[in-house]
Amino acid sequence: MIDIDNIHKTFNTGRSNQVNAVNGIDLHIKSGEFVVIVGSNGSGKTTLLDMVAGSVFPNTGSIIIDGADVTKMPDYRRSEWIARVFQNPMSGTASDLSIIDNFRLAAIRTRPKGLTIGINDTFKNQVKEKISTLGLGLENKIEQPMGTLSGGQRQALTLLMSVMDSCKVLLLDEPTAALDPRSAQVVMKTAEELIKDYRLTAILITHNLKDAYTYGTRLILMGEGLVMKNLDAQQKSALKQNDLFDWFG
Amino acid sequence: MDFYLTALLQGLCFSGIALGIYISMKIFNIPDITTDGSYTLGAVVTAVLLTHHQPTYIILPVVIIAGGIAGAITGIIHTKLKINALLAGILVMTALYSVNLRLMGRSNLPLINVPSLFTLINISADANHNSFWILLCFVALITLIIGYLLKTDFGLAMRATGNSESMIRSLGVNTDRMKITGLALANALTALSGYLISQLQGYTDISMGIGIVIIGLGSVIIAETMINWLRITSVWLSLVLVLTGAIIFQFVLAITLDIGVDPIFLKVVTAVFVLLIVSLPRINFRTAK
Repeated sequence: MIDIDNIHKTFNTGRSNQVNAVNGIDLHIKSGEFVVIVGSNGSGKTTLLDMVAGSVFPNTGSIIIDGADVTKMPDYRRSEWIARVFQNPMSGTASDLSIIDNFRLAAIRTRPKGLTIGINDTFKNQVKEKISTLGLGLENKIEQPMGTLSGGQRQALTLLMSVMDSCKVLLLDEPTAALDPRSAQVVMKTAEELIKDYRLTAILITHNLKDAYTYGTRLILMGEGLVMKNLDAQQKSALKQNDLFDWFG
Repeated sequence: MDFYLTALLQGLCFSGIALGIYISMKIFNIPDITTDGSYTLGAVVTAVLLTHHQPTYIILPVVIIAGGIAGAITGIIHTKLKINALLAGILVMTALYSVNLRLMGRSNLPLINVPSLFTLINISADANHNSFWILLCFVALITLIIGYLLKTDFGLAMRATGNSESMIRSLGVNTDRMKITGLALANALTALSGYLISQLQGYTDISMGIGIVIIGLGSVIIAETMINWLRITSVWLSLVLVLTGAIIFQFVLAITLDIGVDPIFLKVVTAVFVLLIVSLPRINFRTAK
């Protein structure tokens, strides 16, 4: 589903603050795989994810998603395949717009936004039904501005929004970093269910080693812009939680 | 009383600027001051076409397109060349001064005895009343169009662009193109104010746009204060409050003149009034703490 070939990314080339964020990564992710990436700060995880999403372009190398070469394609055109959940709950939703407005935009992620009014009673009921599966009691608040909700509620809704339209790849950039432990658990459980139900190919970046141990079918350790360890499903299930902590020892 | 009727008429004329600034400042979060230039551009295009005996159904679309192009240029400079929006606006506004002067051929063009929008239909025998009804219909129509637009999928994408750019890009919207469209729309509305005012006052002057952006800002700030105060989330009510803001603004100026303040101080009064509206909610907020 995602083929990353020998990509490099350097910021501020030639200046004193030059950063070699990604130094030649090859990564081939099969359809339906749930890849978890861990690594210390500055290991290049976020840059790698940004290059898959298209908000950062690599200096060299290529990225192919579902057979299409997207190396130079801007992020807004990759939305055909990709849905994203950001670290900051503010980034994944529009605060001033109501919940239903946010869901409407998500429901037409892969289509042009035209001059017709798309929100009607059928759509509202459909969204209410979806939101009620979260069990957060938000289904009766769909006219409320997104900004009135907590970070955890917003992240959970962002996840639901990602499957409102056809979605093949789900990118999760530390989605629970800004959340309390209980909200974090709701978000991670929701993510896991959606990935399973919709057979999504997913990449999760996390600093939470317990999550890295619990979730996913593949585990990658990054360091200094390179893949240091790459464990497939079998190796990952053989891994003990303490081994994972030792990586960062 | 006629004095206040004129203020009301002017307020209605300025609703285009108010809606334009509302779109650029509140919806797109871009401080756009192309306004001074695009407002005059609207008035200039109107005056030139009117004196060349062109009918309204030609003048109106040309004014909208002219304003739209001015806004789009600011948008392109801002998004494609990554220039600060304020500077982009100042650049286009400055260049428009020459464009306007060239279009008119001189600095002032009177429109006396030229048939205009306000002589198109005769609803009332009194000229001012007639203008009022025509303006009211005109402004109502624009508000309906903008209100509908903001409710559509395109409008939602517009509102999200100013709200959370990362989100709307990940949902498949080219935000650069959206901002250019938004600034074009905002300045087309501003040009409409120029179109209305030049016909209402019966002349176009090259310097009529200097400092006009404050009228839009003031109107939107009045509206915003009310929106926050009354906790309004409806798009329609917000638009109506923006129009109300434009009218209140003109009334404040009319009252100032009515109580005998020297017209020289009108701009000072304007500045102080806007300052008051901006600062009042903050002062309240601090004492409440």
